[in-house]
Amino acid sequence: MTVTASASPAIETHAGTHRFPAGKALRLDSGATLEPLEIAYETYGRLNEARTNAILVCHALTGDQHAASIHPVTGKPGWWSRVIGPGLPLDPERYFIISTNVVGGCMGSTGPASQDARTGEPYGLTFPVITIADMVRAQALLVEALGIETLLAVVGGSMGGMQVLQWAADYPEKLFSAVCIAAAARHSAQNIAFHEVGRQAIMADPEWRAGAYMKARVRPEKGLAVARMAAHITYLSEQALQRKFGRELQRDGLSWGFDADFQVESYLRHQGTSFVDRFDANSYLYITRALDYFDLAAQHGGVLANAFAKARGVRFCVLSFSSDWLYSTAESRDIVRALNAAGCRASFVEIETDKGHDAFFLDEPQLDATLRGFFAATAHARGLA
Amino acid sequence: MSPSANPNGREDFREILRLVRPGARVLDVGCGSGELLELLIEGKQVDAQGLEISQAGVSACLAKGLAVVQGDGDRDLDHFPTRAFDYAILSKTLQQMREPRHVLSELLRIAGQAIVSVPNFGHWRMRASLMTRGRMPETRALPDPWWSTPNIHLCTLRDFTDLCRELELRIDACAALSSGKPARPIRPDGALENWRSETALFLLSRRHDDTPGAVPRDLFGDVDMPKPEAPKRKRR
Repeated sequence: MTVTASASPAIETHAGTHRFPAGKALRLDSGATLEPLEIAYETYGRLNEARTNAILVCHALTGDQHAASIHPVTGKPGWWSRVIGPGLPLDPERYFIISTNVVGGCMGSTGPASQDARTGEPYGLTFPVITIADMVRAQALLVEALGIETLLAVVGGSMGGMQVLQWAADYPEKLFSAVCIAAAARHSAQNIAFHEVGRQAIMADPEWRAGAYMKARVRPEKGLAVARMAAHITYLSEQALQRKFGRELQRDGLSWGFDADFQVESYLRHQGTSFVDRFDANSYLYITRALDYFDLAAQHGGVLANAFAKARGVRFCVLSFSSDWLYSTAESRDIVRALNAAGCRASFVEIETDKGHDAFFLDEPQLDATLRGFFAATAHARGLA
Repeated sequence: MSPSANPNGREDFREILRLVRPGARVLDVGCGSGELLELLIEGKQVDAQGLEISQAGVSACLAKGLAVVQGDGDRDLDHFPTRAFDYAILSKTLQQMREPRHVLSELLRIAGQAIVSVPNFGHWRMRASLMTRGRMPETRALPDPWWSTPNIHLCTLRDFTDLCRELELRIDACAALSSGKPARPIRPDGALENWRSETALFLLSRRHDDTPGAVPRDLFGDVDMPKPEAPKRKRR
């Protein structure tokens, strides 16, 4: 099913949900299968006749398919509307851009809030544990269903970047290029630790009800908000927090209590409460788990270069941000080193910024310039006018 | 552009273009915005990779479709696998490295051959300038004053050939470069050359290397090549 939505009147945009036919189950790394499978997605621009201009955009942990359209819940522009649009590095007048909601997500793709066909109830915790590779497998099914044999590029930041690496490992023959931004080839102990804090916050909320909150028509909003607050700190650099808030107070003088005296407290509380309107707590558990389980080298005998052994024909571009401490430049360099060792064609840039991990969807002219140049050169190499 | 045309007026580029085997895998260390790599792709259809320290340089390379890794020649060569390239090129920057000896050694680990050009501090202009003015030479090859020069490890032709000997490197070819003039094949250990060569460009390989592809070739044609010498322990 496909319905037309209006992101920008000038661009041809489709938003819809692909429901895979019965019998087309998604095999999962855990051994389970998911059926029926639905993937919510949007496309911007038009697929050319040769089907050579398709670019898949992969979202981060709390992103969704609304990359360049107005978000239906928040009413705000999509998470990458700074990069996707007419005249922007990912120009829909030139490229056919596909943005999907990951499997396990909560914006229309099959996830823990979806109905389990066997019981007629929402999955909740009976939803199988998913992995980054499962997300990518579902995307590959959708790309195939859209009639695209080879993607001009697959691009994403953070968890999206991990999907890009997984694509290169699992479907190198379907890729012409791959752009991995602010990501890592595996989750570190620190990454897992922060996620565990978030999950425990959700599970400690009495309204979570062992994952079956939907049946009780309640939501563990407080726990999810705290999870978001903790995670949000990791998306910013210390300098960015200091620059934005310092020790500035909300009102004149201290409250001598536990109100949000400091602006940074108020900001985090706002981040937490606004997040719960658009995200499902169980999806948060499942997707953070998928990230924690991600270790691309471990999938290939402990040698990261082996993951890219068949990707010699893919043009890679790896980008990191100097102040990102969640997925640091050192982790991106590890990826580049493995790509070099595998004999892949790899480029790497560290972008100087104090904005931290979130820089990949903030105003960062060097990022835009680098992406613009790379995509233009890639399109040229593939013979696009 | 044909390989014989003068590329961007850089005489070293023209020489490098001559030296490189068609279709080779090439790493250009300190590739700037990729001019040399572009010439090599066009003239010799090489499989090109760049290493560049500046973000602006890397971005410019990406926009040209070149594969470039942002990094520092002093530190990041260590991360390339052994024999990943046929040639590693280091043009006029060895004297700017913190550890030229290590860099030279690494170039010949990651590549079968290295193409290295160095300004010769033994050139008569340098000697004359120091002799007559009593100050650090400022010449057309090395124009910066001592307090702002990026050239922190200068050497003479004789110094460089000594280092090659010490590292057990073989000089497969050597040419003197002088701005505006065609390259001149030379014997780098000739005493006169140490006076009259402004910049020297070397094609180097490891002496004890049985790997096919590292066969010494006279790439300058019928030139009298320096004879490989027995490795001598140099006193330090």
